[in-house]
Amino acid sequence: MDTNEPVVRRTAPVEQRVAAIQSVLEEQGPGVAKAVEELGHIAQEQWLPQNGARVVAKAWTDPGFRKRLLADGRAAISELGLSMPQHHRHLVVLENTKTVQNVICCTQCSCTAFTLIGLPPDWYKDFDYRARVVRESRTVLREMGLDLPTEVEVRVWDTTADTRYLVLPEQPPHTAGWPEEKLADIVTRDSLIGVARL
Amino acid sequence: MDGIHDLGGRQGFGRVRHAPGATPFHEAWEVRVNSLYALAVRLGVFNMDEYRHAIERMDPRHYLAASYYERSLTGLATLCVEKGLVTREELERRARGAFPLSARSAPGRSNMPARERFRPGDRVRVRLDYVPGHVRMPAYIRGKTGTVVSESPAYPFPDAHAHGVESQDEPTYDVRFRSEELWPNSADPALVHVGVFQSYLERAT
Repeated sequence: MDTNEPVVRRTAPVEQRVAAIQSVLEEQGPGVAKAVEELGHIAQEQWLPQNGARVVAKAWTDPGFRKRLLADGRAAISELGLSMPQHHRHLVVLENTKTVQNVICCTQCSCTAFTLIGLPPDWYKDFDYRARVVRESRTVLREMGLDLPTEVEVRVWDTTADTRYLVLPEQPPHTAGWPEEKLADIVTRDSLIGVARL
Repeated sequence: MDGIHDLGGRQGFGRVRHAPGATPFHEAWEVRVNSLYALAVRLGVFNMDEYRHAIERMDPRHYLAASYYERSLTGLATLCVEKGLVTREELERRARGAFPLSARSAPGRSNMPARERFRPGDRVRVRLDYVPGHVRMPAYIRGKTGTVVSESPAYPFPDAHAHGVESQDEPTYDVRFRSEELWPNSADPALVHVGVFQSYLERAT
């Protein structure tokens, strides 16, 4: 009989595994439990697509800002009091036009500009989106409700490094002259990722 | 590594479960896992490249069956054990059951010694590198030719940074590929832009 045979044990429920690892990290310092609460609050209350929507509305109404945003995204968003984590060293803003649709993905994990777009929804992290959107972009977009005319060129951006992307959707013509706050209200998370037009 | 995580272009997957109002979190533990890994990075327990690689090293069967935040938890726990914060036995005692962790890491590598500076418009080829450790070159661009669009600021080199190997920071190039060249006769027409580290590229002749 092989005495080295491992004892087969049931995998602990995920909540118990989380509690175990949290107890390990709490031993690293007295502030850990509080910091975990704070980070949870920030992730749910501050990293929201409304941040990206503000950036877009500002770009629609202020041509100078639009220019600065396209030239250096990180510097421009700081004008609005917004920020990105230090390791996201570069923000590239992708301008949609009548004939160009930009789409963001991350095929290897699920990277996003989460301080501007919010932490990604399930579908962005799912294998189906990660596997298919680079190869079957037009089909995937159509399945998601965006049926693009053939004259629109699709540009897919795979987030393989710590450069982050934000799609700048086209302003719908009927919203010309609207105030910035009202414009920000119509900008959706999907349009910032590029799987929807407004 | 040519791991299960490298999904770009894989076939057999289905319709995207798209819902416009989907929330990023569904359970309280998911929020906690997200905070815990972020905190571990902040405390200097590990860096983002080590974290990504720890998830990539999961058993492929576990990777495919686990939810996003369970993968995150597994990467976090693997690194806490590897960095000596806790033993696996102690972790399993506290979890009151088995705690599946990722497989061991292969060695990392440093930057390519001779790296070229490229300019927008340059034609470049992605080197035919088969890297056992962490690498941020999706397999679908390996050996493929594209056009440089721009250069990023310098970043830590992931192939080294995930393994504690000395290296220089280097830029990535935004390289534009045609989907029809990545998957001949087997892709929707599109331009695919990838941030490619300088060490992965050579000039196309």
